[in-house]
Amino acid sequence: MSDIIAYLPLIMKGMLLTVEVALISLLISVLLGMLGAVAKLSNSRIAKGIAGIYTTIIRGIPDLVLMTILFFGGQILVNNIGEKMGWEYIDVSPFIAGVLTIGFVFGAYMTESFRGGILAVAHGEIEAGYAFGMNPVQVFVRITLPAMVRHALPSFGNNWLVLTKTTALISVIGLQDMVYNAGLAGGSTRKPFTFYCVVAFLFLIITGISEIGLRRLNKRYSVGVRKA
Amino acid sequence: MTAPVEALKVESLHKSFGQIAVLKGISFEANEQDVISILGSSGSGKSTLLRCINLLETPTSGKVYVHGELINMRDLTSGERRPVDRKQVERIRSKLAMVFQQFNLWAHMTVMQNVIEAPVHVLKLSKQEAKERAERLLNRVGMYEHRDYYPAHLSGGQMQRTAIARALAMEPDMLLFDEPTSALDPELVGEVLKVMRSLAEEGRTMLVVTHEMGFAREVSSRVIFLDEGLVVEDGSPDSVFDNPRSDRFRQFLTGTLK
Repeated sequence: MSDIIAYLPLIMKGMLLTVEVALISLLISVLLGMLGAVAKLSNSRIAKGIAGIYTTIIRGIPDLVLMTILFFGGQILVNNIGEKMGWEYIDVSPFIAGVLTIGFVFGAYMTESFRGGILAVAHGEIEAGYAFGMNPVQVFVRITLPAMVRHALPSFGNNWLVLTKTTALISVIGLQDMVYNAGLAGGSTRKPFTFYCVVAFLFLIITGISEIGLRRLNKRYSVGVRKA
Repeated sequence: MTAPVEALKVESLHKSFGQIAVLKGISFEANEQDVISILGSSGSGKSTLLRCINLLETPTSGKVYVHGELINMRDLTSGERRPVDRKQVERIRSKLAMVFQQFNLWAHMTVMQNVIEAPVHVLKLSKQEAKERAERLLNRVGMYEHRDYYPAHLSGGQMQRTAIARALAMEPDMLLFDEPTSALDPELVGEVLKVMRSLAEEGRTMLVVTHEMGFAREVSSRVIFLDEGLVVEDGSPDSVFDNPRSDRFRQFLTGTLK
């Protein structure tokens, strides 16, 4: 017990980082997901093609492999460019590499969630927007977006939970999140089991709070829906 | 009597979907205060005609003038046709309010929000002004008590009356009705027709695609009958119903008057 108390500040510091990584990755993935969904549903062949390649490649490669490629490969790329441009040595931070990878990976999953949500919106409601003289941006912001949230929420929630758990992978590239710190604590006290249990518990707290938040969101966006 | 003012002119309108020609050259004019019923069996192109007028469908060829203003269209290299100026289309649409067969109310908004949405965001009215206008109109269609309901909690007739209030809130030059009573239970048709009749009586310009023969005959000032994408009858209700020029319309009447 005294070991846990001694290492708790370190682990809590890691937890803060975990939450930070998760939230920033979520933001990136939502932006990419929205762009991807709009691109896939657009009339432009080029936009559709790019979004298709994006989701196919990203969803087909393990997150860990992608993250390693981006972290080490990204470092080599930055080095090469830096050399040519005569910059000083730039270190790719594991934080940025981690956030970008997770955001990028989950952007692909969000693309599919949002695409499904948009497709579920009654076409007549969108048409009514146009028929009343709205421009495409107004139709999207005022009608399609609020109407699609309800349909996209369940799979969005899924993605968020998986994303939160995926942040554990960034300990592999050296970011000192709570999994990394638990490893340190477990190593020096020779009680890895205890510390990984603490981490498991902390993850449950994060995901538990998330579920409450998701339930509230769902309630909010289901107004005007008749309960079956 | 002042001279009639032209509200709408359609010139040899064609519309095809792929190989299928739905409209094969429709021409007619509508004056202000006209109430025109457009009749025809399903597949005759009535709804497509209405949707071509506010550009929900782009006509394959032909011209549409709204209050003398030609809607500019151009041919794409792919053979498709598109409006030239999106802003023009949006401006014209805001003056031609549409009432849909399936109501198409915005499900995530209350009755009140549905009615003020376009006036606030398209006509740029203040929320206060839009609300006052909406209250007046909701009272008129008998939906004021239900202003805070969501569409899912309304009957079909209530939804359609809300949709009519939503259309009126644009203070449009012309109302387009696309089979407004076809999706309603027989019992609820009356309440919607009553509202439409009162609109006709106050001199609104209306284009009504309908299967309601009673409405066409008693309320409208003119009847157009479409068959296979062409205008077969066009005239006052009395002349068309009592002395149809075509066998096709006679057949249609015997078919509907069972």
